[in-house]
Amino acid sequence: MSSAEERTGTAVVETVETLGEPPKRADQVLAKRQRRVAYGLLAPGSIYLALAFVVPLIIVVITSLQSGGLLSGGYHFTWEFSNYTDAFSQYKAFYAKSLVYSGIATILCIALAYPMMYWIAFYAGRWKSTLFFLILIPFFVSFVIRTVQWKFILADDGLLLGPLKNIGVLPESFHVLATPTAVIAGITYNFLPFTALPLYVALERIDKRLVEAAKDLYASKFQAFRRVVLPLSFPGIFAAIILTFVPATGDYVNSSVLGSAKTTMIGQIIQTKFLTEFAYPEAAALSVILMIGMLILALIYARLLGTEDAALAAGTAG
Amino acid sequence: MSAVTVERETRATDLPPLRKKRRPFGLYVMGAFTIGMILYLASPVFLMILYGFNNIQGERQVPKFTCCTLNWWKNILAVPALNESLKTSIEVAVPAALIATALGTLIGLVLGRYAFRGRGWINFVIFLAIAVPEIVLGSALLSMFVKANDIGANITIGYTTILFSHIGFSIAFVAVTVRARVSGLDRSLENAAQDLFATPLQAFFRVTLPLILPGIVAGFLLAFVLSLDDFVITNFVQGQTNTFPTWVYGATRLGVPPQVNVWGTVLFSAGILAAAANLIVGSRSSRRAARGVAVATVARERTS
Repeated sequence: MSSAEERTGTAVVETVETLGEPPKRADQVLAKRQRRVAYGLLAPGSIYLALAFVVPLIIVVITSLQSGGLLSGGYHFTWEFSNYTDAFSQYKAFYAKSLVYSGIATILCIALAYPMMYWIAFYAGRWKSTLFFLILIPFFVSFVIRTVQWKFILADDGLLLGPLKNIGVLPESFHVLATPTAVIAGITYNFLPFTALPLYVALERIDKRLVEAAKDLYASKFQAFRRVVLPLSFPGIFAAIILTFVPATGDYVNSSVLGSAKTTMIGQIIQTKFLTEFAYPEAAALSVILMIGMLILALIYARLLGTEDAALAAGTAG
Repeated sequence: MSAVTVERETRATDLPPLRKKRRPFGLYVMGAFTIGMILYLASPVFLMILYGFNNIQGERQVPKFTCCTLNWWKNILAVPALNESLKTSIEVAVPAALIATALGTLIGLVLGRYAFRGRGWINFVIFLAIAVPEIVLGSALLSMFVKANDIGANITIGYTTILFSHIGFSIAFVAVTVRARVSGLDRSLENAAQDLFATPLQAFFRVTLPLILPGIVAGFLLAFVLSLDDFVITNFVQGQTNTFPTWVYGATRLGVPPQVNVWGTVLFSAGILAAAANLIVGSRSSRRAARGVAVATVARERTS
């Protein structure tokens, strides 16, 4: 395979391969002057990152503990923890609904993406990079536009349901749009590439000789998959779950474009509270709850992988 | 011990014949499935292009497709608010990508090369920037701007705040892209240059910079695309201003004018061309790809 071709689609893989390697020992001994240069180069970007991420995340927590009213003298910081209990008790149904929708969508994404990425990583041969690139095609169109197109596909007289109704396969009263099905389908579609990427990275990295070895040792094809490939791809599956589930839970574009009032997700509530009601403390509390949930998931992920990866490496070496 | 060994013990009594080399039926099914999935993923893109030729009576898209008119391509500039939003998008994306590339490259360079105190913290903030749900980041940024105005700063929520936010989230992605390139670099080349009496600065500009340039270009393009496509964060910090995606979102309530399809097609073609060009320079990736990379990095750094 030419190196240029190799590079296109598999940049991600390359990136992962080289990314985590800590600098070599010899480089770690830095002269004082060099260290000053290093910090000097870092300073502008780091300060910006602090201002654009750390400070806002601290302020949203502060905002979530304010009380008062917009019309009655503004909001003041009072350690108002009741914002959290109120927000949670009032909107827990929306959190639950968001978790259910994004949970189902995540399962669907894994189920659809895994066989596809498995085939590309193991059997696509010289078409690997091309196929991988084709999966990224949707990224070249704004996801708002893509979601609007789905609205047209799923509409009652749209491209999919229209003809089916005309030939009588579906009854006239059949709807998809404005149902939970449409929202879940939209989320699944929009997040599928994000599920696919980490899966591909993990499957690509598996040494194909291990599968050969398993088969030489009289494992059936299925056994070789279940006992060798699947466990080795677990880190990718975990990454895919996090990368799909976390953003999907906070999504509000799919539910507002494809759904109805009945499919309102927590993201829509946060957006409305912030942008139309200006109920900042309440909205901030809702947002912080979402952030904490995501942090817990990310920590679980890191913990699991920290031990899992090592165990797997040991297992395959044995 | 591997599971494979256990397998052999249980199967040792009835040895099957040696495997024959053949392509099983299942593989063709999976191949067909993959092609089907790729078509499914690309279907809204095809439709977007197709509906740019939709021969409709009014000026808003309808789900029913009627063939065909070039009217919308001829009148591509007929919706002033849409033009305005596209202009804003470009006015944000260009400086955001430039500034983020400058700042992110420096971070990526240092992270990829040196171990120093605080390295873990910077990695953590980059991970945070990439992994935090956009809605949380958007609301946090808006809270910050509101708070700043509360205590006397005079920030207009609009172009400035959009630009500030876009630079912020792009830096992290540029840094990750450049870091990957730098840590994949062969240090001996730079050492060789210094052995041949190049000053450190000469070695950097003559050897290191050309080598990591594809990473920098990829970072720039990534930042540009991210900025152009961002909806959620922009939606929070835009005030009365609109970018292309937020304007389209706002227009969905009444119906989207077909010019959106036309512009979408134009941007899509431009993106494909840029990707093809970048293919020659180096590599191309996407926001989520970088997300995946970031998560993988954290996992790796925990294990290594």
